[in-house]
Amino acid sequence: MADQHEDVPVAARVRRLEERVIAAGLATDEALDAVLTRLYATASPVNGARMVARAWTDPGYRERLLADGNAAAAELGFADIVSSYRLKAVANEPGLHNMVVCTLCSCYPVSLLGPSPSWYKSLAYRSRAVREPRAVLAEFGLELPEQTEIAVWDASAESRYLVVPSRPDAAAGLPDDDLPALVTLGGLIGTAAV
Amino acid sequence: MRFPPGTQVRTRLLDPDHHTRLPRYVRGQVGEIVEAEGVCPLPDDRARGLAPPREEMVYAVRFPAAALWGTGTHTVTVDLWESYLEEAG
Repeated sequence: MADQHEDVPVAARVRRLEERVIAAGLATDEALDAVLTRLYATASPVNGARMVARAWTDPGYRERLLADGNAAAAELGFADIVSSYRLKAVANEPGLHNMVVCTLCSCYPVSLLGPSPSWYKSLAYRSRAVREPRAVLAEFGLELPEQTEIAVWDASAESRYLVVPSRPDAAAGLPDDDLPALVTLGGLIGTAAV
Repeated sequence: MRFPPGTQVRTRLLDPDHHTRLPRYVRGQVGEIVEAEGVCPLPDDRARGLAPPREEMVYAVRFPAAALWGTGTHTVTVDLWESYLEEAG
């Protein structure tokens, strides 16, 4: 495994866990390295952004995405990288804002969103997102109207949630190929509008 | 599936001494079934190395914030295994 940041406590904990997992015969060093190499080579928020942009321009795709996230991901060539989880897409609408958290750990669709930001794994975000999401969103700079309903999704089981943000005014007149660049990681988690 | 969408369910007041995916903040709470997600192995069994683990339907269950926290207008939807739930009567 990478041997940098060895002085960081969490790195020491990860190393000890790896040693225990390997000693127990549950995995090998090479297998763990292969997982990480594959993850960093393929996991990116560009993937989720492409799905959202397609949903903005193709109502049929949007419908299929909301009905079966894995099948919709497969349409864009992402079948393999979402095969280990059930993908559930939830769409923002006028008057409804979705937001994703994992209160028990830090689950989210890594292969479509890239490695999670450190704040997503923080105790503060995990505990406050379910309790006072409006205040948390305001701290992210997203002030929602009082009448906008907030739906928080706690992804602590087998499903991984992807937020489909509403199509922004800035998308008007842009060619389809330019739309994914408008979709931010925060937009896909639901901590930002796009 | 035991609980169709729209069913009011109450989560059990479990306090096991082993791993569970029933978050403490929704225990003993009434919520509504949003959808059935599919059958998955029960993490309580997997974490204890019980083989084979029980396989159960997982449901998305929506709770109103005001019930969970006494305040708030949002909802929180949590994925829960069937044995965590009973029909709210």
